[in-house]
Amino acid sequence: MVIKKIVGPSERLYLSALKGFFEEVAQLTLFTLRFFKQALQPPYEFNELLKQSYLIGYKSLPLIAITGCIMGLVLTIQSRPTLAEFGAESWLPAMVAVSIIREIGPVITALIFAGKVGSGIGAELASMKVSEQIDAMEVSGINPFKYIVVTRVVSATFMLPVLVVMADAIALYGAYIGVNLKGEVSFHLFFLQVFEKLTFTDVFPAIIKTFFFGFAIALISCYKGYNSNKGTEGVGVAANSAVVYGSLAVFILDMAAVQISSLFS
Amino acid sequence: METIVADITNLKKAFGSNHVLKGIDLKIERGENLVVLGKSGSGKSVLIKCLVGLIEPDEGKVILFGKNVFELNDEDLNALRKKVGFLFQSAALYDSMSVRENLEFPLRGLKLKQKELDERVASTLKSVGLEDAIDQMPCGLSGGMRKRVGLARTLMLNPEIILYDEPTTGLDPTTSKEISRLILDVQKKYSAASIIITHDVECARITANRMMIIKDGTAYCEGTFEELETSKDEWVRSFFK
Ligand SMILES: Nc1ncnc2c1ncn2[C@@H]1O[C@H](COP(=O)(O)OP(=O)(O)O)[C@@H](O)[C@H]1O
Ligand SMILES: [Mg+2]
Repeated sequence: MVIKKIVGPSERLYLSALKGFFEEVAQLTLFTLRFFKQALQPPYEFNELLKQSYLIGYKSLPLIAITGCIMGLVLTIQSRPTLAEFGAESWLPAMVAVSIIREIGPVITALIFAGKVGSGIGAELASMKVSEQIDAMEVSGINPFKYIVVTRVVSATFMLPVLVVMADAIALYGAYIGVNLKGEVSFHLFFLQVFEKLTFTDVFPAIIKTFFFGFAIALISCYKGYNSNKGTEGVGVAANSAVVYGSLAVFILDMAAVQISSLFS
Repeated sequence: METIVADITNLKKAFGSNHVLKGIDLKIERGENLVVLGKSGSGKSVLIKCLVGLIEPDEGKVILFGKNVFELNDEDLNALRKKVGFLFQSAALYDSMSVRENLEFPLRGLKLKQKELDERVASTLKSVGLEDAIDQMPCGLSGGMRKRVGLARTLMLNPEIILYDEPTTGLDPTTSKEISRLILDVQKKYSAASIIITHDVECARITANRMMIIKDGTAYCEGTFEELETSKDEWVRSFFK
């Protein structure tokens, strides 16, 4: 009687949501372990890895370039008034560069990556599942996990850092344009100021964390696609949750990265 | 030489409270065409997916080429699966690959020379009557052509048993008949055993050496096409109307 009173309908809803959450975490953990097991075991799918790197990396370049440029430009324009108030306008290049390299570049690029690549992987795998293509690979004696999941996750892990470095470079160029909208700073002087301020501890941890961003985005997207429900609506759900949870993972990992790198500095 | 290719005993499978298979026995011999008839949702697809280990049954034994499918390690299971052809209901062509690449895919890892590979692709496509489609993408193919390409892909490994999941569903009557004839041709040419799952009586009439009807998760009755068509059972005869 007592228990019945405490566990009413709404509590039961929370409990089942909680149970669902932990089940999901457990499943994702198993999926991750399976990834490492399969990734380390030969034979390796080099050709497919190259193809995926091309699709995931090269095909994302234009989008990353445009957003990177705008990111640098806007950040500079927005920061100028505050610095001008303190009479510190000459700090503008250095300050913007530090923000871009440390935080804005990696995180914004990763979020865009999650939107483009994550949703693509989620939808593609889910539709392969629905149309029995994954089953078909399995019955022809080819390991679909290795062929589909491992190649995509490895590609994304190594392509996102490359994209971030490019986005950073283009964003700095955008910042240079932004600085020159008012006042005049030569290209040489701008980058002199930037590289004077940037240190190893700005660049290195920021690049390292992007490997984890890429890994998490692709792994979650693959997980959502590979385990999607039957039926065509499963494709939409998989694409959507790939982006949502991929982006969430980026923020969580970023927070962890900030904590860890502050331990060392 | 062993003549029994596949042997299923007392197969049971439930999804939650949905008891799909409730103890099915099935044997198939070399070179035989077995048609499994049953209403939609009666568990026909689940049955053949259990046979190749895509779905794990709750109970029962599945012996394929003398080996218990669910006791093999991954490597042995993959080797065993190379002897099985599976034509999926949707044909399951790989969307991102051309017809040629679809056909080459099952052979990866065999280290064949490109010339040998090309010849094999061309001759297999010819045997399903689709030589011209070699460089097309799957999205440009009609339903009947997709089925043919799917069949060609399963034939690439010279399978000893071929499983057809509703090969004629969704096709017009003429194309259905062509596909049914093709199944017969393949049986002769490759002397493989076939399990053909369908609810299309015309297809069964053309292809069956032996038939089995599934009802309520059990093998309701077995026999030749003529035997079942003239069965005393009202329910069985209702299939043939
Ligand atoms: N992976 C699965 N998970 C849950 N239920 C399934 C699954 N596969 C099949 N079923 C259920 O099993 C029953 C039989 O399905 P199926 O074998 O596809 O029927 P059919 O005879 O039309 O091929 C259906 O009720 C279906 O909902
Ligand atoms: Mg079916």
